[in-house]
Amino acid sequence: MINFQGNEEYIASDELIRSVNIAAALKKPLLVKGEPGTGKTMLAEAVAKSLDMELLIWNIKSTTRAQDGLYVYDTVQRLYDSQFGTAGVDDIGKYIRMGKLGEAFQREKQVVLLIDEIDKADLEFPNDLLWELDQMEFYIPETGETVKAKERPIVIITSNAEKELPDAFLRRCIFHYIAFPEKEEMTEIVKAHFPELEESLLQGALDAFYRIRNLPGLSKKPATSELLDWIMALRLGGIPEETLTEKIPFAGILLKKTEDLGTLEKRYVY
Amino acid sequence: MFTDFLYLLRAYGMKTGLNEWNSLMEALQMNLNHSSLTEFYYMARTVLVKKETDYDKFDQAFSEYFKNLPDYGGVSDELLSWLDTVMPKTNPDRERADSMWENMSLEEIEALMRQRMREQTEAHNGGNKWIGTGGITAFGHSGYAPKGIRISGEGHNRKALKIAAAREYRDFRDDKVLEIRQFQMAFRKLRILSGKDEGPKTELNVEKTIEKTCKNGGNLEIVMERPRKNQTKLLLLIDSGGSMWPYADLCNKLFQAVNQASKLKDLKVYYFHNCIYGELFTKPGCMWRDRISTDWVMSNTKREYKVILVGDATMGPAELLYRGGIVDYMHPNDKPGIRWLEEIRKRYPASVWMNPLHEKLWNGDYYTSRTVEMVKQVFPMYPLTVKGLEAAVRELLKESL
Repeated sequence: MINFQGNEEYIASDELIRSVNIAAALKKPLLVKGEPGTGKTMLAEAVAKSLDMELLIWNIKSTTRAQDGLYVYDTVQRLYDSQFGTAGVDDIGKYIRMGKLGEAFQREKQVVLLIDEIDKADLEFPNDLLWELDQMEFYIPETGETVKAKERPIVIITSNAEKELPDAFLRRCIFHYIAFPEKEEMTEIVKAHFPELEESLLQGALDAFYRIRNLPGLSKKPATSELLDWIMALRLGGIPEETLTEKIPFAGILLKKTEDLGTLEKRYVY
Repeated sequence: MFTDFLYLLRAYGMKTGLNEWNSLMEALQMNLNHSSLTEFYYMARTVLVKKETDYDKFDQAFSEYFKNLPDYGGVSDELLSWLDTVMPKTNPDRERADSMWENMSLEEIEALMRQRMREQTEAHNGGNKWIGTGGITAFGHSGYAPKGIRISGEGHNRKALKIAAAREYRDFRDDKVLEIRQFQMAFRKLRILSGKDEGPKTELNVEKTIEKTCKNGGNLEIVMERPRKNQTKLLLLIDSGGSMWPYADLCNKLFQAVNQASKLKDLKVYYFHNCIYGELFTKPGCMWRDRISTDWVMSNTKREYKVILVGDATMGPAELLYRGGIVDYMHPNDKPGIRWLEEIRKRYPASVWMNPLHEKLWNGDYYTSRTVEMVKQVFPMYPLTVKGLEAAVRELLKESL
């Protein structure tokens, strides 16, 4: 049975590890939701790495259609070829290009398929994939061929909760919400990225970080990636950690909006 | 198996269906929870709950359902770790086991187990006296005994209950008062129906044109489409000052959310104090110099606008019902406030009233809350929460069909 444990670069909570393993055992897609910067996308990479499987990423954009993930029939190329009498124009199959989902189905070995930020797409998008994700197969009418998964891929879907996903789709998923990491967990995460960071600087930075996150009225709270960038800057700048209690250097790395910086300024004297 | 848990979840307002339930049963059969209630809690949650806003409902239902589970309390972690190593299966001496335990009641077995729990100092697997795996004692697991108490896996029963009872996800409840982002999310829904079927087909769809042309054997065939733009126009009328002060922050959030929902085709915001009369105000201070005629606003705001009124609808009945009832006695009204409200409702079929007051207070016995009932007769009223706003948006969209 599949057993994911997290690895040295990706610190997963026990709850998350449970959900991944349950989803794999039940052969259902895992839907991961959470604030930006909680490592949803990283999860798929970690799972693929830890299970030694290939990772296929399907990035969803606002214009993505479900069909794009299955296959695309390149009619233009075919028309073009036909004018020059290129060999094989009769073979429609030559002009069928697999999408990420199709690719995942065709692999001989089991792969991890990440459908990233599914909420970016049209509201109906998830519904269009119900059958394909359930049965792990789809039909190509142009060639009369059915593409069926040789090895059922492990499907991980991420969402930033920008749109509500349809109920019918949710019913078929295993759901996990990644809460923003508490201080202890964040310590682990930072240590994984900067193993040789001095303990005092780490604690000072984390204290300051959570103080800023808890400031009332921030419109965009800093997340993990901002914290990591900031710590990097602190180290490069050689800032002594004692100063962090009264002054926040490089605040622009943590807070991206002018009004948020204003809120911060009111709290600290520069 | 415990089908009533499913119904309890549904009673707590979760939409759990057979599909998820079957998945849970399947997971149980595969013993993905390693026979532990704590693991079962997480497993059931990940399989059954589909939204973080439902976590709290799940926690409550879980506590209620499993709170009566017997607690063999005080099982030490050490003891549990001894139980982790399962002894390879041996053929137990069934006869001896039966004769040892058959005549003891469960209570007696439990008492004996408690005694052993106090005395035991090391792992015992495969014996007939101590708590362990294998063997023929009536406590532990993976052994043989005609009856007994199963102690197994990691975590105690109570741990799962503790986690559930902590209700860490309380903040995610969607009947909680709104945050700004949640407001925005709710407003996005206003976008859904707009623009798809109205307006001329003015945009060239290059891809479809190419596809059609190719299928047409190379003869050009042009495909035009309607541009998908948000046609939603919104008129926001906000009660400001007085009894609304406690909700100023909330209204501010709503206002920001509406403002940032830049996809709206048009947005008009006016303010009023307690009730609407002949004048609306362009600034939240409701100063007389910032006034604008309500009639003017109505005639310059077309019928297709969606209207959201925000207010606690709490005032002296006179303010709503009488001529000259207005708080601002310098500028008496010749038409009772309620008439104005009715006029607005009549002109804008898609209009709702959002009330920051808790629903419980809407039909309170207080002198001032009687007006809430009256306003509610005129406008569909919703509480100013995520759920309320979602319901209001649905109502607004319904009217545009």
